[in-house]
Amino acid sequence: MKARPYPGWITRLFIFAMTALAATGMMQMPLAKRYFISEIPGLSWTADFFIVHKLHYIFAILLLFVVALVVVHWLRDWRKQLALSTLGRTRVIILGGLIISGCLRVFRNLPNVTLNPDIVVTIEWVHLALTMVMGGVALAALIRKQSAYARKP
Amino acid sequence: MTKKNRKVGVSRRGFLKTLGVGGAGMLIPSGALAAQERVPQPSDGELATLLDLSKCIGCGECVSACRESNAAKFPEPKKPFPEMIPASRAKPEDWSDKRDLDGRLTPYNWLFLQNVEVVYKGEEYDINIPRRCMHCQNPPCANMCPFGAANKHENGITRIYDELCMGGAKCRNVCPWHIPQRQSGVGLYLDLMPSLAGNGVMYKCDRCYQLLDKGELPACISVCPEDVQTIGPRHEIVAQAKALANKMNGFIYGLEENGGTNTIYVSPVPFDLLNKAVDKGKGKPHMKQVADVMADETNLATATLIAPVAGIAAGFLGLGAKLMKIAGSSGESKGDSDES
Ligand code: HEM
Ligand code: SF4
Ligand code: SF4
Ligand code: SF4
Repeated sequence: MKARPYPGWITRLFIFAMTALAATGMMQMPLAKRYFISEIPGLSWTADFFIVHKLHYIFAILLLFVVALVVVHWLRDWRKQLALSTLGRTRVIILGGLIISGCLRVFRNLPNVTLNPDIVVTIEWVHLALTMVMGGVALAALIRKQSAYARKP
Repeated sequence: MTKKNRKVGVSRRGFLKTLGVGGAGMLIPSGALAAQERVPQPSDGELATLLDLSKCIGCGECVSACRESNAAKFPEPKKPFPEMIPASRAKPEDWSDKRDLDGRLTPYNWLFLQNVEVVYKGEEYDINIPRRCMHCQNPPCANMCPFGAANKHENGITRIYDELCMGGAKCRNVCPWHIPQRQSGVGLYLDLMPSLAGNGVMYKCDRCYQLLDKGELPACISVCPEDVQTIGPRHEIVAQAKALANKMNGFIYGLEENGGTNTIYVSPVPFDLLNKAVDKGKGKPHMKQVADVMADETNLATATLIAPVAGIAAGFLGLGAKLMKIAGSSGESKGDSDES
């Protein structure tokens, strides 16, 4: 596995947030009960839509913090020393889409906000589709041992 | 409806007089006051309905009208239903042989009547409560639907699109009144992976959107011989409800419930009495006080704004800025070998 030049805790926080978002994101769909996931000791909360929903928000908050931090470093300094790999660039774009669509969902959920239903459907399916695509690309990156987004050229 | 509670109630005409007749957008059903009659327009924004429970005689006209008005939307399931996995958990729900059932909410019955006899301040009341979707101002059924199948519209209607709904019944689970009802054997899931995901389509009151779109009143409102319901812009309906409650020394349900609903009940007796007395259960909603179930999410939304700002600030403060010296070579650093 290629090592990452950036601090390990940033990587770990990012991977933790992404994994937790993928897990709580999938649980937005009503499958925890149907597929006995909530039956597993310690996982009964997966069947509580409100808990999973709030957790998804909390992990999104964590992700937004890490991403903003990294973006600042990238713009100020890192881009002079590092280069994004092709798979890294692909994932940055997908991540951007996930964040935008996710934040639009958060916006839509606010009281006093009523978006056009067609727009909501689009946001929803973009978010869901990008989750799947991200899963695929992340897997490809792992197999090709390119899970680091950027390396020193 | 007894003589007693008729005394408490106010006739529509008298009521309108005391109010100086509702605002411009106020809608009065049936012919009597044709001059004031006005069907809400899109520009009216969020519409709400007012149900004056002192007037309802429990005739059931609204229930039949709802069925007639929406018959074309009712599910025609394909049978036999596809096998679902795991069979012990994914059980079909079938109401197609019980279409006439009107004692609860079903996919074929979006409105039903609850009847209660209660004693309040030494007086006996016989109250009929038309029950259907409350059309929440911030509806969890719509906000939480992972497919975008349930949506609130600008005119205050929350609608479930039958062509997108997967029938997972999450909306029923998160609805404080568990309003939407499921019919298996119809909908999108049949075309995807019917054995693995989905279980039909959810149905509930859509406030006769097809009639409102045409500039007509929802069926249950126009048919009612007692003019129990009024529809209009929410702020006007709220003012009217408060005035009515004041006048009858009554109580209001829906102003605060789940953060506010676009269905406002006004009753001469307290709602906790009604709640205790109503027959509750599946398809038979309670009348409890309901806190805003999306309140935490609303607060967390602020944090999603703060998080990137904090991240940017931390970035400028140099948190984690230092890159490790691995000089482009691979496999040297240890710290992050645990990642995927
Ligand atoms: C800042 C980033 C993100 C935000 C603000 C966010 C927010 C949301 C929201 C509000 C929902 C809708 C849940 C509901 O209301 O029913 C949702 C759903 C979901 N999220 Fe995220 N999300 C983010 C990132 C991610 C990421 C990175 C993943 C996966 C890697 C993910 C996976 C999912 C999935 C699978 C769903 C369910 C499908 C859907 O509703 O479209 N989310 N997300
Ligand atoms: S039609 Fe009117 S009076 Fe009759 S049950 Fe319905 S709301 Fe009550
Ligand atoms: S009452 Fe239930 S079904 Fe109706 S809008 Fe509110 S949450 Fe949705
Ligand atoms: S508004 Fe229409 S769909 Fe809703 S209860 Fe009344 S008649 Fe039925």
